[in-house]
Amino acid sequence: MTPAPSVILFTVLSGMGFGLLAFLGAGFVQPVGWVAFFHWGLGYALAVGGLSAATFHLGNPQRALRAFTQWQTSWLSREAWASVVTLLLLAPVALSDWLGLGWPRVTGLIGAVACFGTVFTTSMIYAQIAAVPRWNNWTVPVMFLSFELTGGALLAGQVWPALIGGIALILALYAHKTKGDVAFAKRGQTLGKATGLDQVGSATVFEQPHTSPNYLMREMIYVVARKHVARLWPIAFGAAAILPAGMVVLLPHHLLTFAMAAVIHLTGAAASRWLFFAQAEHVVGLYYGQR
Amino acid sequence: MTQLPTHTDKKLGLVIDLDTCVGCQACVTACKGWNDQGYGAELSDQNPYGAEPSGTFLNRVHSYQVQPDIGAAQIINFPRSCLHCEDAPCVTVCPTGASYKRTEDGIVLVNEDACIGCGLCAWACPYGARELDQAAGVMKKCTLCVDRIYNENLPEEDREPACVRTCPTNARHFGDFADPDSKVSKLVAERGGYDLMPDLKTKPTNKYLPPRKKDIPQEASLLAPLLDIQATGFAGWLDKVLGKLG
Ligand code: SF4
Ligand code: SF4
Ligand code: SF4
Repeated sequence: MTPAPSVILFTVLSGMGFGLLAFLGAGFVQPVGWVAFFHWGLGYALAVGGLSAATFHLGNPQRALRAFTQWQTSWLSREAWASVVTLLLLAPVALSDWLGLGWPRVTGLIGAVACFGTVFTTSMIYAQIAAVPRWNNWTVPVMFLSFELTGGALLAGQVWPALIGGIALILALYAHKTKGDVAFAKRGQTLGKATGLDQVGSATVFEQPHTSPNYLMREMIYVVARKHVARLWPIAFGAAAILPAGMVVLLPHHLLTFAMAAVIHLTGAAASRWLFFAQAEHVVGLYYGQR
Repeated sequence: MTQLPTHTDKKLGLVIDLDTCVGCQACVTACKGWNDQGYGAELSDQNPYGAEPSGTFLNRVHSYQVQPDIGAAQIINFPRSCLHCEDAPCVTVCPTGASYKRTEDGIVLVNEDACIGCGLCAWACPYGARELDQAAGVMKKCTLCVDRIYNENLPEEDREPACVRTCPTNARHFGDFADPDSKVSKLVAERGGYDLMPDLKTKPTNKYLPPRKKDIPQEASLLAPLLDIQATGFAGWLDKVLGKLG
């Protein structure tokens, strides 16, 4: 699948934003006054900014509200609901922290759970697609949730959650990579099987149906250079999980440490999300003899 | 509504005969010609006269070279369009309800006025049957020529999909798979029509007929049958004598 910058940006930023909001909502940090304003503001900015980045790739964004209608079957619709409900649930707590109103934090706790629910719905948009075997398994939600936990903990300045998140992320990335690397072969689809021509003999492409790439090929067929993959995976593991977790444990617990760790984590998250798309092969590529 | 119907009265679809398709692309052209001026947004082209022309088509014809275990390699042409699946994953993923499957005849359609062009349905379709129109920003797909098949303004013989009507070799057939006595159901039964990627559990309506077995080229001399003719009379006597000498 072609890694579109808007979608990479959306999933990475909103994941991190909802992570931060979860820690704020659950009261792990309870800033007051303007510090609270900036904390909550950052969480909202990342979450909302990510969501609006997602509308960049829509063909007709003016009708985006219609995406709320099909929550009964569509994970994308569920995501729309989950994110709006979560942001609304957390609003009173944010306001109360900022203005020192002392309102009860119950909705904050529910909102914190809803933050993870929202990222889960995001991950299911990908994990539900059987035509992309690399995505079609449990490692996708686990990986997205681990990213949320780690990113949120770093932004909220939480040492132990960041460490736990980092370890979860290493395991999740590893599981996603190893399961993903064999997923296409395991689905057992080949050009011969996709066309049914294996009944006749071994099939290869003789002529393409069109002379230059179409929407399908631009969207679903993306051939990644092996050397990029070999280079990016270590960056994903190192920058997203190992380095930030190590930094918060070993370095002094200073704002700067967390800020640096968060930026490094973001780089790793972007690298890993690029791989998530670039390495995912859609079965339609079989018809073109390309994956 | 993106909930799939549990039952459709009819199951309209196509049978594609891989034995007779010659890959002429007439169905591709007829499809684009009809659907460019009827149902929904037109099928736009980008850079049509440039170096890399590209555009929206609802039907594509691939061409494969197939090498059997014995005998010569064959070219098999392979038309690919929406299969109007019973368990259509493209429908359930749609967030807006723009994608739907009709209860009356099982046709899978897009309501373009509701489509936000998110592209998720095209991701969900294993067969590459959906293309996002780059000019209109809405999803386009085969409608089974829903604006022809019920159109009483057209002469009876034209009330079938444009691709079927145009195919010069009769490689495309249209009908109701829910009716076991329909032409398409019979063809599938007789010729061993099959589903594409059945493992993905989409339950396609459209079926493909496999190419028929080709003759094996003969190793023996073409005159072999002549050599077996039993001569009679004088020739027969000569044959016998010469046979003894030999
Ligand atoms: S072929 Fe693709 S677009 Fe058509 S119904 Fe099946 S899944 Fe949907
Ligand atoms: S592109 Fe249109 S039809 Fe397809 S899933 Fe999105 S809104 Fe639905
Ligand atoms: S018109 Fe008929 S013969 Fe020509 S490519 Fe289409 S299906 Fe094949």
